[in-house]
Amino acid sequence: MTRGERKTLWLGLAFISPWIIGFLVFTLYPLAASIYYSFCDYDVISKPVWIGALNYKDMVTDSVFWKSLGNTFYFAALSLPLSLIVALLIAVLLNNPVVGRPAFRTFFFLPSLVPQVAIAMIWLWIFNGKFGLLNYALKWFGLDGPNWLADENWTKPSLVLTSLWGVGGSVVIYLAALQDVSRELYESAEIDGASAFTKLWHITIPMISPVIYFNLIMGIIGALQVFSGPYIMFGGGGPNRSALFYAVYLYENAFSYFQMGYACAMAWVLFLIILFLTWAATSSTRKHVYYAGE
Amino acid sequence: MISKTRLPILFCALLAAVAVATFSAGCSKQPNDRTPDGRIIVQYWEKWTGFESDAMQAIVDDFNASQDKIWVEKLTVSAIDRKMMLATAGGNPPDIAGLWAFSVNNYAEKSALTPLDKMLEKAGITRDHYIPVYWDLCEMHGHMWALPSTPASLALHWNKKMFRDAGLDPERPPRTIAELDAMAEKLTVVSVTRNGKKIRVHYPDLTPEEKEKKDFDLLQLGYVPSEPGWWNALWGYWFGGSIWDGDRTLTANSPENVAAMTWFQSYPLKYGLNNIQTFGSSFGNPSSPQSPFLAGQIAMVLQGVWMYNFIDKYSPEMEWGAAAFPSVDAEKLPNVTVAEGDVLVIPRGARHPEEAFEFIKYVNTQGPMEKLCLGQRKFSPLATMSDDFIRKHPNPYIKTFIELAKSPNARTVPRMSVWLIYSDEMGVAFGQVGTLLTTPQAALDDVQRRTQWKFDRVMRRWDLVKEDRMKEWSQ
Repeated sequence: MTRGERKTLWLGLAFISPWIIGFLVFTLYPLAASIYYSFCDYDVISKPVWIGALNYKDMVTDSVFWKSLGNTFYFAALSLPLSLIVALLIAVLLNNPVVGRPAFRTFFFLPSLVPQVAIAMIWLWIFNGKFGLLNYALKWFGLDGPNWLADENWTKPSLVLTSLWGVGGSVVIYLAALQDVSRELYESAEIDGASAFTKLWHITIPMISPVIYFNLIMGIIGALQVFSGPYIMFGGGGPNRSALFYAVYLYENAFSYFQMGYACAMAWVLFLIILFLTWAATSSTRKHVYYAGE
Repeated sequence: MISKTRLPILFCALLAAVAVATFSAGCSKQPNDRTPDGRIIVQYWEKWTGFESDAMQAIVDDFNASQDKIWVEKLTVSAIDRKMMLATAGGNPPDIAGLWAFSVNNYAEKSALTPLDKMLEKAGITRDHYIPVYWDLCEMHGHMWALPSTPASLALHWNKKMFRDAGLDPERPPRTIAELDAMAEKLTVVSVTRNGKKIRVHYPDLTPEEKEKKDFDLLQLGYVPSEPGWWNALWGYWFGGSIWDGDRTLTANSPENVAAMTWFQSYPLKYGLNNIQTFGSSFGNPSSPQSPFLAGQIAMVLQGVWMYNFIDKYSPEMEWGAAAFPSVDAEKLPNVTVAEGDVLVIPRGARHPEEAFEFIKYVNTQGPMEKLCLGQRKFSPLATMSDDFIRKHPNPYIKTFIELAKSPNARTVPRMSVWLIYSDEMGVAFGQVGTLLTTPQAALDDVQRRTQWKFDRVMRRWDLVKEDRMKEWSQ
């Protein structure tokens, strides 16, 4: 490295130093500290005491840990495919040249601007077993709706429905991708007499597959970390802890019971799970994701 | 012009200066803690809002006017237990915090509070000055960690009009659990379909088949233990049970606790789980006008001394009474109640503990304490209360609550640091039993196993630090 190069390097580092310092102080240090704390008995107030892998061992025997993990997977397995499909369908519909298209796009996007707390409060009333709008609507069809929030079999489906209400963000991303699909492909397909479904299946979906993939990965991360909805709607986990999600249990351990060491260990386990699932999703979809130019 | 070599150095220096300035402003250990006229400012965090906050503010104003050395600044803080803990961990706590008494045990054991023993001794404040149970709420591991601000005790509240309508003597509340259950049946009104017509009948008038089938809608309930459900973990007290042996062993699944839970489960079994759930989903928050007791949907409820405030505010016309909540045996277990309350603590690392204690001491003298408790319409935790205080008190049953607090059967949440975990586990167990998912015995065995496991863990940690802590606290 010549003197000049070194100078350039220093200059460059100096210019990005606000970010570097921020990263070191607010990201890397807390990350490293949380690894250390995950091997400690740490109650926030007093000095952490090293206890080896005990927090991780305890997790294996902690039935609530497994329940919260199971709930989270259940929720993710239901909400992830549903929200991917629903968002895609809405985006495809909104991509059609209909009257008032901008207005419709706004309507579908609006719910994702509502704060999580407000969403939770609204849905608490919609799901109310006696006065809820949902059960009222079901009555028109002669159906006796369940007690959504009090029946442990229905708490997670309620939360899935709530999450579907917020797909506006993904819809916008899909819409952007749909605009990019070349018209020529559709035209040639039409000349060959392809139906609407064939065009969707053989042109649209392959062409926007990178965006579907993106939404899938973000969806996995989001679904496994879901917190505010269940925390507000079900507080301590709802009937029989059926709505106690991983992030909520982690939060309880950290800030209610002040078992920060255990909470840190849980956070790292969740990180590893997400890492593994992301890797699995990436390697299993590699062949199906099409990037123009490859 | 600045040379090119100097530029990065200059830039780094500038950045460092900005960083130092920001940090020193944000995390300063010594903010200005004096008023312009030289008084020491004591930061006081309190959870109350509304009229309860106003009552304390009046005391703070009185204190500030009574002397010229200390200035107490009261700040209303939500989720105060968590915020105080994090502020203490961050080394920048308030000088005084108003906690719930049940937080004291956990926070004391974690050494998040300042022991008050020396200051109490100097001020000559002893247990004799208090209704004993409120003093005991502030003690943990042989040290005092707090002094009471406002106390509470729990009692049965009943709706006299509903009693009259059901043909019961409105002046005679139930004295045993068995009586409570029988009266509750008489006070329960259902709508049932007979010969194709919906009719309204009292529960005892249902035929045995109708009771068995439970094919009715609840219109009014005499009583249900799950409303408001705030003290479910403590139901064992009314059955002569306890939560632990006072040392290291929990007794969650003792026969008394199982009996209490079996009684709890008898309600959904008798009236039908689905019926109770559907009726229950129309209940509003217990402190709102939609509270089932205030709305006349439920005739009896276990509530604290504060209930008067909500009756007065939302349903002033209501004819009501308050008495000891019945226990399983009126002779052997009279006047069972849970005593709880609000307390004032000095977090560890507070800058002005001596000045903070001056204020706490002031609140705990008879005059200010009675003014505060009258403002919040509670009773005083002090052993002596002036006749004037009782006479002026708007709650017609205030004496009942005081008697209950003084009763030998006044119990508190257990002074163990895993109380919160225990109470959460019990909450889940009561949820399972209340929805008929499991039996009381199985649910309580589960609570016992899980919580004891966590308790052992906490005690293992405690054993490691016990000696140092005890030494530190005695200094």
